[in-house]
Amino acid sequence: MSLKRPAKKQPESFEFNSSSLDTANKIIAKYPEGKQQSAVMALLYIAQRQNNNWIPLAAMKYIAKILDMPYIKVYEVATFYSMYNLSPVGKYFVQVCTTTPCMIRGANELVEACKEKISENESELSPDKSCSWMEVECLGACVNAPMMQINDEYYEDLNKEKTLKILDKVLKGDTPKAGSYRGRVNNEPENNRKTLMEFKNA
Amino acid sequence: MLKDKDRIFQNLYNDLGSDIFSAQKRGDWVDTKKIISKGRDWIINEIKESQLRGRGGAGFPTGLKWSFAPKEVGSRPHYLVINADESEPGTCKDRDILRFEPHKLIEGCLIASYAVQAHVCYIYIRGEYFVDGQKLQAAIDDAYEKKLIGKNASGTGWDLDIYIHYGAGAYICGEETALLESIEGNKGQPRLKPPFPALVGLYGCPTIINNVETIAVVPTILRRGGKWFASLGREKNTGTKIFCISGNVNSPCNVEEEMNIPLKELIEVHAGGVVGGWDNLQAVIPGGSSMPLIPKEKCETLTMDFDSLVAEKSGLGTAGVVVINKDQDIIKCMARIARFYKHESCGQCTPCREGSGWMWRMLERMAKGDASKDEIEMLGDVTKQIEGHTICAFGEGSSWPVQGLLRHFKDEIKKRNKFDPIVKENKNIPYLVDQHLLDKNA
Repeated sequence: MSLKRPAKKQPESFEFNSSSLDTANKIIAKYPEGKQQSAVMALLYIAQRQNNNWIPLAAMKYIAKILDMPYIKVYEVATFYSMYNLSPVGKYFVQVCTTTPCMIRGANELVEACKEKISENESELSPDKSCSWMEVECLGACVNAPMMQINDEYYEDLNKEKTLKILDKVLKGDTPKAGSYRGRVNNEPENNRKTLMEFKNA
Repeated sequence: MLKDKDRIFQNLYNDLGSDIFSAQKRGDWVDTKKIISKGRDWIINEIKESQLRGRGGAGFPTGLKWSFAPKEVGSRPHYLVINADESEPGTCKDRDILRFEPHKLIEGCLIASYAVQAHVCYIYIRGEYFVDGQKLQAAIDDAYEKKLIGKNASGTGWDLDIYIHYGAGAYICGEETALLESIEGNKGQPRLKPPFPALVGLYGCPTIINNVETIAVVPTILRRGGKWFASLGREKNTGTKIFCISGNVNSPCNVEEEMNIPLKELIEVHAGGVVGGWDNLQAVIPGGSSMPLIPKEKCETLTMDFDSLVAEKSGLGTAGVVVINKDQDIIKCMARIARFYKHESCGQCTPCREGSGWMWRMLERMAKGDASKDEIEMLGDVTKQIEGHTICAFGEGSSWPVQGLLRHFKDEIKKRNKFDPIVKENKNIPYLVDQHLLDKNA
């Protein structure tokens, strides 16, 4: 189990803006009547997106009210799942996969790059407060290892040098191109394709 | 090697485009109405005949699972839930189906929903696959627009709504009952079984849960016939499977191959060989991190299917093949996997919550050579205390890889961890475990 703590400094109040509220209502409608609690995970995501990548306690109280469920149940969900950030992580949140398949292909180099560019320790904001990084468990792109995720996008087939370049861009406020950084197409075997040859470059 | 025409996922590398027009050109959504008009029993029988086994890890026969759904819909509606919470280290096949072959999945959802009499289908996608989920959502929207799903889906008279539900980074939600808890808006902690979800599942209603790959192969099986699928592979281990080959290979990749393919062929032909040559191979994890590793000697002749791997005391799992060569420290690799399980334990059962941390800390020390001799046996004992003493299979999943390490690399651990601080040989350890388990004659 992992340990998560809400930030010390919390905003007084939180409310969805109109577009968030719109999306929230659409999501609640996906679930049967009386089962609106199912939408709690999606609503937490919406709050996180609206509030610069993290969820304040006030948002949990607000969501509890919308979904007519106890606040503590929302808190339970928000602390259980690792993708809900309970303290500020910056506009760019870098997650480096370090589980075995990535580890044996050199994920530690990516971690070094993050330490050099962003901050010495994980879950610590960069000097300009725009970015933070952390080690995470398997992100499910093992054949493209080592890889990392920045906000929603996957950056694959990396090494230290490429990671440094990506982080440079991020720290300047750009969004680098997602996908493989060795120029390979999706998950095909690099320079070694033996299957579905008639479609290649079709 | 499997012939290209027998590959189900023609667009695995996205050469052809994943949009609905390209998908229809490849044969998706052709004759869906005809297939469904043959009726529920025909569909389930055909799937039974194909001997399709679940692709999510456990390998449960799919046709049999579907037949567990109540024959008549009572007061409670039926649900179909697709498990796309792909989080097993070494596995990344479902992601490619979501982003490149979404229509195979959606068509499969329609057929499976009809077979188990569900009008609502939830697809549970892990939160990290947000971008891929958006691609699937776009495909679902297209399918609605073309009236392939929705009211009177594909002109079959069956109504079906498909919704995506995103997870939020919890490995345990890949366990089917934890997944249901998660959809209901709770912490993802597995439920006790029985009752099984087929009778009491989502919102207490009959629910059938299948993996993405299982459902995505269904339309092709029904089109080409269960007999065709059963003719691939071998008895009870039929059909094709997407293998993910990662780790120390020259060309890590996903590839769809016939079941029962030799492991050596997968690595040497498709993945471009082991880094440093075949002789540099140390071990292979054959089916995602929770399956025990296989040492090099056995990799020479091993074939990849459910039953032949069980015979080697391992398993096919999700077919995520992680290749580890001799440049790696095998104990460290397993310690990292143990850390994964320690992080992902949901905390509901004590043996797993506490034991997963013990295993991780012991392995970390063993990797450094800081463990005492007795701890090697103790570690094996801890795995036995976890295995079989938890609500869900996470206990097995976390202890099997450690048992695999102990089975095949005990000498390596012993070589590194020689010191004997206080404890003399054969002395029982008065803490941590039940003494009777240490007694060889008990």
